[in-house]
Amino acid sequence: MSGMTTDIELVNKDGIRIDGRTAEDMRPLKIEAGVLNNADGSAYLEWGKNKVLCAVYGPRECHPRHMQNPTKAIVQCKYNMLSFSVSDRKRPGPDRRSIEISKIISEALEYVIFTENYPRASIDVYIEVLQANAGTRCAGLTAASVALADAGIPMRDLVPAVAIGKADGHIVLDLNKEEDNFGNADLPIAMIPRTGEILLMQMDGHMTMDEFNTALEYGKKACEKVYEIQKDALKRKYSIQSEDAEEPEAAVYEEPSEEGDE
Amino acid sequence: MNEEFSKSSRQVVMPGELLEGEKLKAGAGTYVSDGNIYSAIMGFKTVKSNYVNVVPLSGRYIPNVGDNVIGIVEDVGPSNWLIEINSPYPAPLHVNEVPWRVEFGDTSRYMRIGDALLVKILMVDETMKVQVTMKEQGLRKLQGGEIVEIAPHKVPRVIGKSGSMIQLIKGYTNCRVFVGQNGRIWLDGETENIGYAYHAIKMIDEAAHSSGLTDRVKAYLESVAQPVQESE
Amino acid sequence: MSEGIAEIKREYINKLLQMGRRVDGREANEYREIQIETNCIESAQGSARVKLGKTEVLAGIKMDVGTPFPDTPDRGVLTTNTELIPMASPDFEAGPPDAGAIELARVVDRGIRESEMIDLQKLCIAEGEEVWINFLDIYVLDYDGNLFDACFLAAAAALSTTIVPAAEREKGENYPLPIKHLPIQTTAVKIENSILFDPTLDEEKVADARLTVTTDENGDIRAMQKGLSGAFTLEEVKQVIDSSLCISKELRKLIG
Repeated sequence: MSGMTTDIELVNKDGIRIDGRTAEDMRPLKIEAGVLNNADGSAYLEWGKNKVLCAVYGPRECHPRHMQNPTKAIVQCKYNMLSFSVSDRKRPGPDRRSIEISKIISEALEYVIFTENYPRASIDVYIEVLQANAGTRCAGLTAASVALADAGIPMRDLVPAVAIGKADGHIVLDLNKEEDNFGNADLPIAMIPRTGEILLMQMDGHMTMDEFNTALEYGKKACEKVYEIQKDALKRKYSIQSEDAEEPEAAVYEEPSEEGDE
Repeated sequence: MNEEFSKSSRQVVMPGELLEGEKLKAGAGTYVSDGNIYSAIMGFKTVKSNYVNVVPLSGRYIPNVGDNVIGIVEDVGPSNWLIEINSPYPAPLHVNEVPWRVEFGDTSRYMRIGDALLVKILMVDETMKVQVTMKEQGLRKLQGGEIVEIAPHKVPRVIGKSGSMIQLIKGYTNCRVFVGQNGRIWLDGETENIGYAYHAIKMIDEAAHSSGLTDRVKAYLESVAQPVQESE
Repeated sequence: MSEGIAEIKREYINKLLQMGRRVDGREANEYREIQIETNCIESAQGSARVKLGKTEVLAGIKMDVGTPFPDTPDRGVLTTNTELIPMASPDFEAGPPDAGAIELARVVDRGIRESEMIDLQKLCIAEGEEVWINFLDIYVLDYDGNLFDACFLAAAAALSTTIVPAAEREKGENYPLPIKHLPIQTTAVKIENSILFDPTLDEEKVADARLTVTTDENGDIRAMQKGLSGAFTLEEVKQVIDSSLCISKELRKLIG
């Protein structure tokens, strides 16, 4: 945590937070799949005041060539904050924080993607934070697996993520900016609801074992909720009916080759 | 949306979704975990001869042996051309796989960077090294016309049931059409007509999963062109 | 193909142009559909998301208090930057802006600066000591040609809706960024003997020369940039400027 202190009461005596939520309430989350033209897959996400755009390119030829793996695709995520996404202008380009976040998100995604299907290729995930308000790495990872599914990339499951934290001594779900700045702990996690596997976890601040267990309970439930919203975003884009659609094994069509070369 | 929800519409499944059916085997687009079958991709669930498959709704073209594709020459070597086939994997075309006798170092006299070719996927190995051939009837360097690019999984939609959609487009525009499995479509004919065929194919690309598409494409073509009489 | 274009596409574009037509059916002077959404980013003092056909860009303005340049002690500062992020195109690579991105940023900057769109004198807080600095950052999100005009529209729309955050810096009340003029920029390319505006990516790939013209609401020219390795005749330059003046009247309505 930032270690900053404030006179603001983050959680009042009735357990209500400054934005009116209870400890276990999540900020509103909206996801839209397939929002960009050039990218193979994409997603736009608004989570509270966070706005995140994610694009996936791939599988595609891996450059530089020495990074190629002959047995599987590599997953390269780049998390980036736009200069005007935060209160003080951020200089464009990667910094140590964004490089670290990119790494742990790449690793979380690599676990679910069937990388062995695409030897030597690269799957590139670009997360751009347009507007930041605490929880952008979870928002980015949540958007990323929707964009990957939109790109048609085979994967074990979607990856929902959420942060749990501690503010004024209370365990609270999905920290907002004030709670992130002035709270006592932050615990971002990503968990596959069906298996309970944790793919991303970081923690800073101070929690007792009991508080940690409560936080995980909140996180687990919230990931289930996020997961449903992810699926819904994809279904909304693709559940258009196709009564007269062709069979998948539709015959390959070839121009009768009467006009041979030479 | 004006589509009716009909019985034949397929169920869209997500990665990680359990695919029910105890007696079924895991087919394409699925994976098995703890004895259950799950979808590995977003797509339509289909069941065919005891296999449960998921047909993709998106994704890049991955080369398969025997596919006819339209490639673009990306580089020329002394004994081969490197062909970009709209997939993660570029495909070399060796001088032995073209219908001419090409002397060593003479490759660029035959085909240059930027040329479009109709080729067949000859070989794909386990590391996805691809080779293509032009040594078969009908395979050739393409000249004239225009190339449209569409999402590769929409290729069957452009073809239509036993070629019905493509026949419709050809019938109204009198264009020669070749649909590459990699989502590239070559059109040739009168310049005006190429434009109509181009537009019709773009209509399909942008709305490949909605019903009544054939009628809409037909209405468009009727508004711009006259059907060509079969002259056989 | 990464950079290049299939020969067939080049020939087809040329063949149509000889008939006076374009692949997407537009007239030579016709722009693609334009959508502008302003104030879309709360953390910025001004912002605009612009869609020009399938090209999409996002501009944001951050304002800060800083020291003026010694040669303009009574004027605020404008800093323009464009980012061609790899999200936007398979051909864009991560890393610091390359020559193309720098040219783009400088052309947009010049149009705004030379037209005196912003009244920089009103951004002076204490002469020689404190002025407002405008950081204009433009991100390309989806690339299908004509970044010059998409970025300029986004910049102009974002600046037009910018609020100077004076209150939070204890410099008095917040006030709208003082706007003096409303410049509009248009870009045309020459392909063989044809001239067409708002080129798509494919049209850009076969273009011989490019001309960007910025004009103000009085019909005066404020900035120009010729690009690419082809040439224009004087007649062609005049033709581009004439067309630019016509087009800019329509485009100005989208921002004004």
